[in-house]
Amino acid sequence: MILARILALTLAHKWLLAVSLLCVSGATAAYLALPLLLEKAIGEVKRVFDGGDVSDATILSISLAILGVSVLRGALTFGQTYFGERLSQAVAYDIRNRFYGHVQNLSFKFHDTHHTGNLMSRAITDVEAFRMFIMSSLVRSPSFAILFVGTASILLYKDWVLGLVALSFMPVLAVLTAILRLHLRRIWLRVQEDMADLSTTLQENMTGVRVVKAFAAERYEEAKYENSSAAVSDDMIRASRLQALNTSVMVFVYLVVIGLILGIGGTRVVNGHLTIEELASFIFYMQLLSLPVQQAGMVVNSYARAYSAGQRLFEVLDYRSPVQEEPRAAAMPKSSGHVRFNDVSFSYDGRTPTLRHVDIDARPGKVIALVGAPGSGKSTLVNLLPRFYDVTSGSITVDGVDIRETTLKSLRRNIGMVQQDVFLFTASLRDNIAYGREDASMDEIVAAARVAQLDDYISGLEEGYDTEIGERGSTLSGGQRQRMSIARAVLLDPPILILDDSTASVDANTEERIRTAMEAVMKDRTTFVIAHRLSTVHKADEIIVLDRGRIAERGTHEELLARGGAYRRIYELQLRPQEEVMMEFEVPAEMEAAVR
Amino acid sequence: MMSGAGSFMRQASRDSGRLDDEVFGQAFNYRVVARMVPYIIPNKGLVSLAVVSMLVFTATSVAVPWLIGKAIDEYIIQGDFTGLMWIVALFIGNAMLNWGANFTQEVTIARVGQNLLYRLRGDMFHHLQKQSVSFYDKNEVGRIMSRVLGDVYQLQEFLSVAVITVGSLLSLVGIVAVVLFKSLQLGLISLVTIPLLILVMAVWQPFARKAFMRVRRAAAIVNGSLNENISGVRVVQAMNRQERNAETFETKNRENHNAAVHATGISSGLLPSVDILTAISIGLVLFFGARLVGSEALAVGTLVAFVMYIQRFFDPIRSLTMQYTQLQRAMASGIRIFELLDTKPDLEDKPGVRDLPEIQGQIEFRDVSYSYVEGQDVLKKVNMHVLPGQTVAVVGPTGAGKTTLVSLLSRFYDVEEGRGAILIDGHDIRNRTRESLARQTSMVLQEPFLFTGTVRENIKYTHHDVSDGDMVAAAKAVGAHDFIERLEDGYDTLLHERGVNLSVGQRQLISFARAIVDDPRILILDEATANIDSFTEMLIQRALQTLLEGRTAIVIAHRLSTIRGADKIVVLNHGEVEEVGDHDELMDRDGLYAHLYSMNFAALKAAIPE
Repeated sequence: MILARILALTLAHKWLLAVSLLCVSGATAAYLALPLLLEKAIGEVKRVFDGGDVSDATILSISLAILGVSVLRGALTFGQTYFGERLSQAVAYDIRNRFYGHVQNLSFKFHDTHHTGNLMSRAITDVEAFRMFIMSSLVRSPSFAILFVGTASILLYKDWVLGLVALSFMPVLAVLTAILRLHLRRIWLRVQEDMADLSTTLQENMTGVRVVKAFAAERYEEAKYENSSAAVSDDMIRASRLQALNTSVMVFVYLVVIGLILGIGGTRVVNGHLTIEELASFIFYMQLLSLPVQQAGMVVNSYARAYSAGQRLFEVLDYRSPVQEEPRAAAMPKSSGHVRFNDVSFSYDGRTPTLRHVDIDARPGKVIALVGAPGSGKSTLVNLLPRFYDVTSGSITVDGVDIRETTLKSLRRNIGMVQQDVFLFTASLRDNIAYGREDASMDEIVAAARVAQLDDYISGLEEGYDTEIGERGSTLSGGQRQRMSIARAVLLDPPILILDDSTASVDANTEERIRTAMEAVMKDRTTFVIAHRLSTVHKADEIIVLDRGRIAERGTHEELLARGGAYRRIYELQLRPQEEVMMEFEVPAEMEAAVR
Repeated sequence: MMSGAGSFMRQASRDSGRLDDEVFGQAFNYRVVARMVPYIIPNKGLVSLAVVSMLVFTATSVAVPWLIGKAIDEYIIQGDFTGLMWIVALFIGNAMLNWGANFTQEVTIARVGQNLLYRLRGDMFHHLQKQSVSFYDKNEVGRIMSRVLGDVYQLQEFLSVAVITVGSLLSLVGIVAVVLFKSLQLGLISLVTIPLLILVMAVWQPFARKAFMRVRRAAAIVNGSLNENISGVRVVQAMNRQERNAETFETKNRENHNAAVHATGISSGLLPSVDILTAISIGLVLFFGARLVGSEALAVGTLVAFVMYIQRFFDPIRSLTMQYTQLQRAMASGIRIFELLDTKPDLEDKPGVRDLPEIQGQIEFRDVSYSYVEGQDVLKKVNMHVLPGQTVAVVGPTGAGKTTLVSLLSRFYDVEEGRGAILIDGHDIRNRTRESLARQTSMVLQEPFLFTGTVRENIKYTHHDVSDGDMVAAAKAVGAHDFIERLEDGYDTLLHERGVNLSVGQRQLISFARAIVDDPRILILDEATANIDSFTEMLIQRALQTLLEGRTAIVIAHRLSTIRGADKIVVLNHGEVEEVGDHDELMDRDGLYAHLYSMNFAALKAAIPE
C-alpha cells in the first residue's frame, strides 16, 4: 500500500524513472559480461600455463574488451546515480510542496494536536527517508534482480548442478530479508516516535526556560530528557543488532556456497568435467553477488524506514481537514457585515460541548462584546466565524449566506483578527504589518501603524520600517507585538473585526490611545470584542454574557445593569474592581515636572 | 524584559553569546575528531572488541581469494582430491570466523556509536540547562534544536559511514600486503592506477566541496521557512496568505532541488573513473600476468585471486565518493556541536559556593544597577528592603525596570560585581548556589507556560512525590479545580502543545497551582493576572491572601486591589526607586503615586456611567 503510493509518486516523473532504470539495467548487463571475458582471459592464461605460447594479441584484445565494457558500465553507472538522484530529488521536491501546501490549509483542529516539532521532523527526516529509499533501493532494485536472475541463468546454463548449488542461498536470503523487514519496520516507527518525544521535551524546555529556571527544574528536565534519549539509543542499538545478525548470516551463507562451489567444482575439474577457467568464472560470478548480498540488508532497512516514514507522511497528507470548501462554494463579495449565529453549538472532541445553542444577530457596524469566565467559550465563538473550526450544529451566516457555502478565502478576506497569540515572521516590520496585504503602499502601512500607536516607536528605530525582527518577534515587547497585530488588522480594512484580548498587555496610556484609535476603526465595521475591561464593554451595542458555552444574559450595559442579573453581579464583583487598575502608566512630562 | 529591555535585545544579539551558523566545507576536521575521543574512552572495552573483530573480519575477508587461488594452484590443478576437501573445510571454517567477527564488529560499533551519541546529547542538554536566560534571549530555539537533534543525527550517520570507510581502507591495506607478498612484480603493476586515482580525487574535491555547501545552505533555508510557517499557521490562515506563501516556499524548495541535482552531477562524475581504472588494472594484470605464468613465475590460481582482489581495490573510494557529503555534513555538525558545548554559561555558580540555607525570606537590594547593553542602565542604584512575610507591590511605567528587578532576584541574570548586591537573609545570592535559591522561590509569569503532558504532571511538575490530595487542594485554592474536573479526563487530560486546548486564563490558573505545590519561601508574581478575567482574579486574590501568609512576595502589580493590600509599594520610574511606602503613606506624601492614583481613578469615574 505504502510502497504503491511511493511508486505512484515516482511515476509522476516517468522520464527520469525510465532513464534511470535503463541506465541501471545497462550497467548491470555490462557487469554481467565481465566474468565471461575474465573466463576467456583465464583460459588463455591456462593455455600458457600448460606450455602454450603467450599470445599478446589475444590478451590485449580481451583486456580492451574488459576496458570497453567497463567504460560502458562506468558511463551507465553515472547515469544511474545521476538520474536516480534527480528522480529522488524531484519526488522529494513534490512531497515537500504538497506537505507544505496541505499543512498550511489544515484547520486549527489539526494544529491543536500536532506539534510544530513533530511536523518538522516529518517534513525533514521522513521526506529524506523517502528520498534515500528511492535513490538507493527503488532505482537499484532492478540491478539486484538482473544480477540474481542473470547469474542464475548463466550458471544453470553452464552447469546445472553447480548452478543449483550457487543459487541455493537465494531462498535463505529472501526469507531472512522478509523477517528483517517486519522487525525493522516496527523499530523504525518507534525510533521516529521517540525522536518526536525527545524534540518536544527539548523545545519546551528552551521555550519555557524561565519556568524551568524559576522552579530549579533543571534536574527534573534532564531526567525527562534522558529517558527519551535512552529510548532512542536503545531502539537504534536494537535495529543495528538485527541488521548485523541478518547481514552477517547472509555473508556467511554466501561464503559457504562459494566454499561448496570450490569443493564440488574442484572435484569436477579434477574429474575432467569442468575446465579451470569455467570454475574461475563461477567464482567471479559469485563475486558479483557479494555486493547485493551485503546490501540486501541496507535495502531492506531503507525500505522499512521509508515505510514508517510513509505512514507518518501520508497520515498528514491524508488528513482531511474537517473544514472543507463546498465544491459549489461561491466567493463572498465585500460584506456589509451582517453576521448571524443561528442556534450554534460546538464541541472540540465531539463529546463535551463548548458552545450550546448560541444565537447572535450582529447588524452591520455594531459592536458585540463577549464577557465570561475563562473557558466559557468566548474565543471558540469568534474562531467559528472565519471557519477555523466548523460549527457542530446550527449555522453562521454573513449577509444571509451560510459561511459554509462561500470560499474560505473570500470569507476570511472579510474578517480581520487580532489574535491572542501574536505571531510575527522573520521579515521587516513593514512586511509584517503588510502580511495580509502585500500590495499595501508605504503610506497605508504607516497609517495603520499610527492607528496602532506604533509609528512613533518604529520611526525611532535606526532602520525604521525596514528593521528585521526575529522568530516570534522576540525583539519586540509584548505590548509592541500586540500592536503589530492590530496594525495588521487595520491595514486589511475588513468589514468584520474580531478583537481577542487585544489590549491585555499594553500599559494604560497606550491602551487609552489604542482604544481611541480602535473606536474610529470599529466605526462602520461589525466588531466582536473579547474584552475584560469595562471601558470597552460598556460602549458595546450588545453585551453577551457567556457561561459554560451558553448565553446567560444579553443587552446593553445599561439594560443589563438595570436588570440586576448576572451581568450586574459580574459588574459589581468583576468588571468594576478590574477597572480600578494602576496599570503600567506613561508619566506625562509636565506632570513629572509638577511632582518634582 | 518583556517591556523596556526588549528593544535593547536587538542590539545585544549583535554582540557575543550568539551561536553562528556558518556553512562549512571540510570533509575531515582533525579538531572535531579529536574532540570525540573523550566520548569514546569510556567505551574502551567495547572499542577494543570492535577493533579486534574488525581486524579478524578484514583478515578473513581478504583470505577468501587467497584460499581460492591456493585451492586452484595446489590442489585442483594437481588433482589432489583430499587436499581439496581439507582446503574447503578450511574455507568454511574461515567463513564461520568471518561470520562471528562480522556480527561482533557491527554490534559493538553500533553500541559504541549510540553510547557516544547518547552522552553527547546528554552533555548538550546539561550544558543548555546551565545557560542563563540571556542565552535564550540571543538564540532562537529552532537553531538550538537543530544543533541538538539535527547535528547529532548527522554525527550518527557519519559514524556508520566512517566505519564502512575505515573497514574498506583496512581491507585495502590487507589486499596490498597480500598482493605484494604473493608476487612483488604483479603486485606493483596492479597498484599503478592508484596515483592516478589520487590525482582524479584531488581535482574533484574542491568542486564537490562547493557544490555540497550550496546544497546545505539551500536546505537550511527550506527548513527555516517550513518551521516558521507551521508555527505561524494560525496567522497565515487568518491573513489568507496560503497561496502567496506556497509560492515563496516553492521557490526556496526549487533552489534546494537544483542545488542537490548539481551536486549529484559532480559526485557521480567520479564513479566512471573508478570503473575505468579498475578495468585498466585488470587489463595490466592479465597482460603481464600471462607473461609471468609463461615464465612459470606465477600460477593460474594466483592470477584468479589477483583479479578478485583488484575488483575490491576501489571499494574505499566508492564508499568515500558516495559518502562525501555525509562526511562534510558531519564535520560541520561536529563543529557546531562543540561550539555549543564550548559556550561558557554567563551565569555560573562560583567555584565552591555553598547552598543557601533554609531561608526566612528577608530580601535586600543594595545599590543595584543593571544594564543589558553597556551604558544603558535599566536599573540605577536601586535600594529596597523586604522583611520576611511581607508583600511588596512594584508599580511603574513601561520600561521602568520592574521585570528586570525580579529577574535579578531569581538570578535569571546576575548583578555584576561592584554594581550592587542582592541579599537574602543577609547572604549575597551570587555567593550561593543558584539551585538552592530557585528551590525556595517560585515565579508566576505574565505569559503562562505549560508543558506537554497531563494537567497533573503540570501542577506537580518537579514535585512528583506530592500526593494527589495536595495537588487538588492547590488547584482548589486558585479556583482551577472546577474547570479541570470538567475537562475530558480531569487531571489526566493531556495538554497539547503547551496547552493550546485551554484558554490563556485557564493556563494561568494551572501555573498558579503549580507555584502553590512548589511551596516557596519567596513568591514572585510578574503581571500574573493580566489575562485573567476579574472574577477569576478575585478568586485568586482570595487564595493568594492565604498563600502569601508567612511568605515573602514581590508582585508586579497592576490592580489597585493588589496594590492596596500590599505591605509596601515600590514605585519605579526610569530604573530608579521614586517612592516607597504603603498606600496611605504614599497618598499622604502626595507625590507621583498619589497623582497617578487620583488621575487614574478620575478617568475611571468618568468612563463608567453610574
